[in-house]
Amino acid sequence: MATDNKPAVSIKDMIKKDRILNSGHRMCAGCAAPVVIKLMGMALRGPTIVCNNTGCLEVATTIYPYTAWNLPWIHVAFENAAAVASGIIEATKVMHAKGHFEHEHVDVIALGGDGASFDIGFGAISGAMERGHDMVYMCYDNGAYQNTGIQRSGATFMGQETTTSWAGSVIPGKLERKKPIAEIIAAHKIPYVATVEPSNYRDFITKFRKALEVEGPAFIHAFSPCPRGWRSATGESISLSKLAVETGLHPLYEVINGEEWIMSSASKNLKELKPVDEYFKTQGQFKHLFKPEWADFRKRIQEQVDHDWELLKKRCGVE
Amino acid sequence: MSEKYNEIPMAGNIIEPGNSLKYKTGGWRAERPIHTDETCLWVKNGTCGRCWIFCPDNAVVLTEKDGKHAYAYNLEYCKGCGICANECPTQSIHMESESK
Amino acid sequence: MTVSKDRITVEGLTGDAAIAHALRQADLDVLSAYPITPQTIIVEDYQKFAADGQVKAKVIPVESEHSAMSACVGASAVGARVATASASAGLALMWEILYCAASMRMPIVFTVANRALSAPINIHNDHSDGMGMRDSGFIQLYCQSSQEAYDTTLMAFKLAEHHDVLLPVMVGIDGFIVSHNVERVEMLPDDEVSKFVGVREPVQPLDPDNPITMGPLALTDYYFEFKEQQDKAIQNVPRVYKEVEDEFEKLTGRKYGMFETYKTEDADIIIIAMSSMGGTAKVVADALRERGDKVGVIRLKMFRPFPTKDIAKAVGKAKAVAVFEKAMSFGAATHPLALEVRTALYEAEQRPMIADFVVGLGGRDVPPITFVEGVDKTKEYLKKGEAPLYETLGVRK
Repeated sequence: MATDNKPAVSIKDMIKKDRILNSGHRMCAGCAAPVVIKLMGMALRGPTIVCNNTGCLEVATTIYPYTAWNLPWIHVAFENAAAVASGIIEATKVMHAKGHFEHEHVDVIALGGDGASFDIGFGAISGAMERGHDMVYMCYDNGAYQNTGIQRSGATFMGQETTTSWAGSVIPGKLERKKPIAEIIAAHKIPYVATVEPSNYRDFITKFRKALEVEGPAFIHAFSPCPRGWRSATGESISLSKLAVETGLHPLYEVINGEEWIMSSASKNLKELKPVDEYFKTQGQFKHLFKPEWADFRKRIQEQVDHDWELLKKRCGVE
Repeated sequence: MSEKYNEIPMAGNIIEPGNSLKYKTGGWRAERPIHTDETCLWVKNGTCGRCWIFCPDNAVVLTEKDGKHAYAYNLEYCKGCGICANECPTQSIHMESESK
Repeated sequence: MTVSKDRITVEGLTGDAAIAHALRQADLDVLSAYPITPQTIIVEDYQKFAADGQVKAKVIPVESEHSAMSACVGASAVGARVATASASAGLALMWEILYCAASMRMPIVFTVANRALSAPINIHNDHSDGMGMRDSGFIQLYCQSSQEAYDTTLMAFKLAEHHDVLLPVMVGIDGFIVSHNVERVEMLPDDEVSKFVGVREPVQPLDPDNPITMGPLALTDYYFEFKEQQDKAIQNVPRVYKEVEDEFEKLTGRKYGMFETYKTEDADIIIIAMSSMGGTAKVVADALRERGDKVGVIRLKMFRPFPTKDIAKAVGKAKAVAVFEKAMSFGAATHPLALEVRTALYEAEQRPMIADFVVGLGGRDVPPITFVEGVDKTKEYLKKGEAPLYETLGVRK
């Protein structure tokens, strides 16, 4: 791995940084997850081990006999990367003390999609955060169980159509709001929680590096567009990610020790939010919302987003 | 794929890191990116690089030699998603159908 | 040379406490566990050793058994020596990761105080939990006493970590009957245990200097080959187990074998049972022999891999085998132990009659009289020339 310890945020440094995920992986064309991983790689600082929950990223990067990973990498199951990481962290420390493991410190990163993180593996994350293992857990959130064929998860937006939250004649897609995962993890009072997305890449890399540097657990919530599931143009994944910030659907912020809320400049500098309609109209999964019968429902979604945005601004001390 | 059970590492361990390079994904492409040097900021002055940063398949190849900046695609892996074209701030990239 | 008596510590210990001592001496790197009756004493005692600085391991007090086994897999993947403990519902919650641990070839030692599965919820002993995981790829060793639990736990590390094996091992004791019963236990001095268990030498660990990918997606073209590897590995267990036991015997003078035989040579009826039932069965055999019935006992210790050929040999020319087992495989032809025994004896020259008695579910006492009842029934069946596939004993019906 890279011996260069600095995070790479300029293009000239980035192209020199060791690549952690090679080409030849089988993520769909236009999937943002490999970009999320690339940006994570730009933040690395030394020996690193990656634990990956089951999901698109896990499956499509390690189809035997090929692996796209240049880092030591382990997948065990869908819901347990945080627990696997707990074991790795504590084992390497003990083994190093006994002279059985060379490195005094290894950065251990656990990765999971939104299904693994918001839903099935939530308990394992909560436990790992509470126990204080020095890991970074990153959820790449593409808004549904895309790997199994676009089923709703706790991360699915209100109004989003999935194969288990169909938009029908009486139901306009998912009726429930998205679980505020970063807030919930921040409530564990861990040293560092941040939301990121790939278009604001410098912000992403800087935050990921902070997450590595704090002592104790850190949680990164990365937004990650999925053209296949969202029925969006493959070329638009990064711009959609930006639009999610601009509409307040994925605001960027940090929470230090569960108490100090800091709004990141990409969100803070917004004079006002763009209407969620602008985001919705880019994707097939929201197109039903523009039927006249769902106008009120769409309005309710906007009100919810506005409400959450005001609350976040207040928390972050932003006027 | 003809290896016997005792001719492969145990438990599915893949001991050669990053060997997915052997698996070419270029065949997935319906459209290919076409790049013009003239307006490209990387070629001009070694800045920008948004296409490189946001390419999910590491198919944009940016090189620098003796102060000169070169631009290329690795079409063995490019899946033709068009993120590079979409993210280019100077419209130096456009997509063309592979069947053209 | 066995270790001299003055270096042996003798204590009255419960099965759980004996296991905790074995884990203390085995120089673990990580113990990751979640509390569940009747296993909890193992973890409590070990935590106390940790609190007093008697072990150099890190204890991870996880939020669930699923995470307990997951953390064990992670720790084992980097080359650590790891153990966990559970029972019943906790073991059931681990189920998914039991398969992962075995398939990923993680030599984890898993001590279990065998307990009934819900519902109704019940904290007492039977073998439903262990039998439920019998196809997970774990080696399974069921112990009869606190001493055996201590000894087997120590041997389990050497067996699991042997490069011809690299599989996790379940060490089972009967919940409450052994886990909470105080017995005399002889413990080796720490230095002798250190020498015996040695330091784990991992094969293909997760290592930043040699980045491998562990646990990939393997589909129709490769998955089967990894199962073939796993099957070959578990078939190596009897040979390696014997080597480990021989070495252990040199230190302690004690050995158990894959199963223990008692007065089987001339027996007409052989009782096959596991764990604490073995002791009762032997007493019953003695009593019945006084009555004139030639009864012997096979007390099975190693359920996985099942010592098929050795069992057939040990049964020899007996006329009948009476299986007593504490688990049900609902809807199966017979219950787990009898299924194995029947298969083992199918090729026998003189195939004995097999009677299968399900006993003791949910901790229902299995007194000597239950064995007598089973043996008497077996005698009747011999006279009749046929036996039912299975029946329950000790239940009100």
